[in-house]
Amino acid sequence: MLMLKCPNCGVTAEETEFAPGGEAHLTRFASGSEDQAFSDYLFARKNPRGVHFERWRHAFGCGKWFHAARCTATLEVFGTYTGQTSTPPDDITAAVKAKRPEWEGFK
Amino acid sequence: MSNAISILNGATFDGAVKITEAGLRGMITLRGDLSSVQLKSAVSAVVGLGIPTQRKINRGPKGGVAWMSPDELLLLVDYDNADAIVAEITTAMAGEHHMAVNVSDARAVFLIEGQGAREVLAKGAPVDLSTDAFRVGDLRRSRIGQLAAAFWMTEDDHFELVCFRSVGAFMFDWLSNAAREGSVPKYF
Repeated sequence: MLMLKCPNCGVTAEETEFAPGGEAHLTRFASGSEDQAFSDYLFARKNPRGVHFERWRHAFGCGKWFHAARCTATLEVFGTYTGQTSTPPDDITAAVKAKRPEWEGFK
Repeated sequence: MSNAISILNGATFDGAVKITEAGLRGMITLRGDLSSVQLKSAVSAVVGLGIPTQRKINRGPKGGVAWMSPDELLLLVDYDNADAIVAEITTAMAGEHHMAVNVSDARAVFLIEGQGAREVLAKGAPVDLSTDAFRVGDLRRSRIGQLAAAFWMTEDDHFELVCFRSVGAFMFDWLSNAAREGSVPKYF
């Protein structure tokens, strides 16, 4: 079972208390941008096997959004962090790197 | 004006654990910056209590203050005074970004009382309810079955639970079923 710690209310809860919000740190392209960029923003996801950065919402708890770094192959959670950031913080990327030395880094 | 009644008008279920619909309870949602001095004094003025820390509830003779999220409190007050208290808070919070709403009639409150109350809740909530992990004054927003709910412990084996009024009847049925005689294991 996937267990996440909500950084907003400090609860470590199981997956059923949360609602998934898909890939994190997308660059949003609105109307007026290039067709290809808009299309990629809407439909193209990295979806690698392994390290993912995702958005989650503590739907049955405090109701707040946050980010999680986890491995989709093992369900290992490297860490959760604030929703108010557009890139993973250094301690999170360091935690991923420590567990997955071959990981190429966030880009 | 018609008389207000709660969702189940005080229904009770006597099983291994007693389930009671608590009747009319005053509840005010207060959102704002919880570290603000102005909000702190506004809360103190109406319920005589301080701002609770994360996932805690403060209770006193005038009511209670429950920590609901990093920017939200639930004030437990007298039902008849709820509107007046909202007005008082609005005045006290003038000039500061906040929201205070009387949600008394949008919520249902249940009491879960008796030995085994922890087990009854644990049947539906993905929460560690062991005696070490959940104590008097602790509050948890989670779910019971598929229903969003918040609950806290008022004294040992006595819980109060709040959920949306629209699902109050189902919540009562769910809790009553979970509290049937002979169905509650002595786990905690």
